[in-house]
Amino acid sequence: MRKLLLGDEAIAQGALDAGLSGVYAYPGTPSTEITEYIQNSKLAVERNVHRRWCCNEKTAMEAALGMSFMGKRALVCMKHVGLNVCADPFVNSGMTGVNGGLVVLVADDPSMHSSQDEQDSRFYGKFAMIPTLEPSTQQEAYDMMEMAYALSEEVCLPVLMRVTTRMAHSRAVVEVKETPRAENELNYNAQASHWVLLPGNARRRNVTVTGQQADLERRAVESEYNKYVDGPDHKMGIIATGIAYNYLMECYPDGCPYPVLKISQYPMPKELINRMTAECDEVLIAEEGQPFVEDLVRGVMPGNAVIKGRLTGELPRTGELSPDAIKRALGIEVCEGYASCDDVAPRPPALCQGCGHRDVYTALNEVLKDYPNARVFGDIGCYTLGFMPPFKAIHSCVDMGASITMAKGASDAGQWPAVAIIGDSTFTHSGMTGLLDAINENANITVIISDNLTTGMTGGQDSAGTGKFEDICRGLGLSDEHLKVVVPLPKNMPEITKVMREEIEYRGTSVIIPRRECMQTLQRHLKQKKAQEAKQ
Amino acid sequence: MKTDIILCGVGGQGILSIATVIGEAAMHENLYIKQAEVHGMSQRGGDVQSNLRISSDPISSDLIALGAADVIISMEPMEALRYLPYLSKEGWIITSSKPFVNIPNYPDVETVMADLNKVKNVIILDIEKLAQDNAIPRSANVILLGAAQKALNIEYDKLENAIRRVFGRKGDAVVEANLKALAIGKEAQR
Ligand SMILES: Cc1ncc(C[n+]2csc(CCOP(=O)(O)OP(=O)(O)O)c2C)c(N)n1
Ligand code: SF4
Repeated sequence: MRKLLLGDEAIAQGALDAGLSGVYAYPGTPSTEITEYIQNSKLAVERNVHRRWCCNEKTAMEAALGMSFMGKRALVCMKHVGLNVCADPFVNSGMTGVNGGLVVLVADDPSMHSSQDEQDSRFYGKFAMIPTLEPSTQQEAYDMMEMAYALSEEVCLPVLMRVTTRMAHSRAVVEVKETPRAENELNYNAQASHWVLLPGNARRRNVTVTGQQADLERRAVESEYNKYVDGPDHKMGIIATGIAYNYLMECYPDGCPYPVLKISQYPMPKELINRMTAECDEVLIAEEGQPFVEDLVRGVMPGNAVIKGRLTGELPRTGELSPDAIKRALGIEVCEGYASCDDVAPRPPALCQGCGHRDVYTALNEVLKDYPNARVFGDIGCYTLGFMPPFKAIHSCVDMGASITMAKGASDAGQWPAVAIIGDSTFTHSGMTGLLDAINENANITVIISDNLTTGMTGGQDSAGTGKFEDICRGLGLSDEHLKVVVPLPKNMPEITKVMREEIEYRGTSVIIPRRECMQTLQRHLKQKKAQEAKQ
Repeated sequence: MKTDIILCGVGGQGILSIATVIGEAAMHENLYIKQAEVHGMSQRGGDVQSNLRISSDPISSDLIALGAADVIISMEPMEALRYLPYLSKEGWIITSSKPFVNIPNYPDVETVMADLNKVKNVIILDIEKLAQDNAIPRSANVILLGAAQKALNIEYDKLENAIRRVFGRKGDAVVEANLKALAIGKEAQR
C-alpha cells in the first residue's frame, strides 16, 4: 500500500506496524506529529495503544522503559532538547538494557527553526553506547522502525533513532505493510540484576554493555542501511550520513564519480571508513548537524587522507545543509536564479491577535514602568514572543522551567523585583519542582503562570495540569492569600495591574494565574462544536 | 517530467491546502513526490514556505536548489519576492496581489509590484476579490492553483480530479466551489 507521509508519520506508521504497545512523548517541534499520528490512528484505538501525552520527556522515557521491562514494544518521542531533560533515564536505560523493544526517537532541529540550540543527538547515542539510526528517506524511516524493534530485542538495548527537521517535516510516498505485526505478549522476563542499578550490579552490567560494542559495530558494517559504493575517481571519497546523502545524490543524478559511503546506522562502521581513507586521497564528510562523524574520523592522529568537512570550512560550520552547500563543497557550480530582492522585509512570528499572553504583557509592562530595575525571567512557549516588539518584556529564556528557578536565584542574589513568566504546560513540564524550592524558602519572587489551557506553541496539545493549577500551588505550600487568578482581557486591565502590583510588593513567593483559552484552540473547539451541532 | 515548486505566504494563509491538491494529483499519476513543510514557530504570522518537488524519476533532495524552482506560488506578493534566488530564469511566479501587512516596515506596495513585474514570467491576481465576486470566498487559494496549472506541467483535468478526491469528503458544494476557483485561475493564465 502506498501512502503520502511526513517523515514523522512514516515513523509512527512503522512503529504501529511493528506491533507498538505504547507511545510516550511530550510535544516538541519537529517530533510532535509522530504522537499525533498515533493518536489519530484507527489501529492504535482498536489496540488501545498508549498514546496520551506525558508531563515531560523524563516521565515519558521512564514509562516507556517500564512498558519495555514488561515485554512490550514502546516508543519515546521528543525534540532534541527533550533528550537533555530525560538524559538520566535515557543513559541508564542503556545500562539496564530492555526486554520488549524500545525505540527512542529524537528529532533534531539544525538551523534552529523552532529551537534554542542545534545539538546533535548522535553524541547521546554514543554516550549511552546504544545503536543509533539515522534514516535518509521517509521509506527508510518506515522500514527502520521494524528493524529497530527487532534489533532492540535482539541486543537487549534501547535503540536511538535520530531524524532532523527536513526528514520529520517532509512528505514522500511510502510503501507500507498491509498487515501490522501483533503486539508482544506481557512477558516479565525478570533480569533483576540488570534492572537494579546498584553499583555492584551496574559494574557487572557495564562490562557486558561495553563488551557488546564490537558486535554493534559489526552490525553497522553489515547493515543494509550503510553502503559503500565505489567510484572510478579516487582523488576523493565522500561520506554522507542521513539526509545529507540525498543532497549529495541530488548533485549527481547520473551517479557519483567518487566512492560514496552512506551511513545511517551507528556505532561508526570503522571498517568501511578505513577503506575509504585508505583508498582515497581526500575524504569529504557531509552530515546534517554537528561534525560528529568528522570529528571521530579526523581524531588527532595524522592519517593518509585529507579530511574535509564542516571543520575545515568546505561545508558551513553550523546550520542545515542544502543541495547548494554540498555543490559548493564539491566545486560544482551553483545554479543562478534571480538576484535576491532588497525590498523584502523580515517577517518574524508574533503572538496571535487576541492572545491572552498579549494582555498579560501589556499589564506587566504597565506595572513595571514603576520598577525600572525589574527583571523578568521568561520561559519556553508562545509567550517567549513577548521578547519581540511591541512588548520587549522578557530578559531570559533558557530551557523549560528555568523562569521560576532563575528568578529565585536572582532573588537570592538580591534582585527585586524578580518576575517569572511561564506557560501552563511548561509549568507542569518542569516548573513545579522549582516552585517548591521557592515556596520552601519563601523566595521573594512573583510567578505568573499564563494559563491558556493548552500547549500552544506546538499546535495546541492537551496540557497535563489543566484545571489543577490552584490545587498544585496549594499542594506545594502556597497560601491562598498569594495565589491570584485573573482573566487576561483588555477590559480587566485595572484589576490585573492591581494584582500584579500587590504581589510584586509582597516580600515572598506569590503566584498569579491569568487564565484564558488560546485563540487557536478556541477557534478549533468552536468549529468542532458547530460540526457536532450540524450532525444532530 | 520534473517540477520544482515553492509554495509560500504568511503563517495561517493555508499554503498547504494547495500542496495537498498538487500532491494528490501527482500521487495519482504515480509520480515521485517530496514535500518539505514548515511547522512550528514560524506559523504564528511569520513567513512560511514549502518546497514541493514532483518528478517521473526518483527525487533525492527534499529541498530545492538555488535557481532551480520552476514555479513560486505565493499567497502574498512580498513573500513571492523572498524566494527569487531559488527561481529559475525561466520560472514562473503566480501570486496573490494582496499584501498582508503585519509588520511595521512592510515595503511600499508599488515597489513590490514593480519588483514582481521585473520577473519574466509572472501572474499577479487579486484572488480575494475574484473569490468574492464569484461567491467562493473560501476557495481563493485554489484560484492561484488554477493560474499555475501550465507552469506546474500538470494537465487540467488531473487537477480537477484531485480536487474531487481531496474535497469529496466535505460535500458537493465544496467540490464545486473549488472546481470553479480552478477554472477562474485557468482563465487568468496567459
Ligand atoms: C525540553 C523541551 N521540550 C519541548 C519543547 C518544545 N516546546 C516549546 S514551547 C512548548 C509548549 C509550551 O506550552 P505552554 O507552556 O503551555 O505555553 P504556550 O505555548 O501555550 O503559550 C513546547 C512543548 C522544548 N522547547 N523543550
Ligand atoms: S497559538 Fe494560542 S497561545 Fe500561541 S500566540 Fe496564538 S493564541 Fe497565543
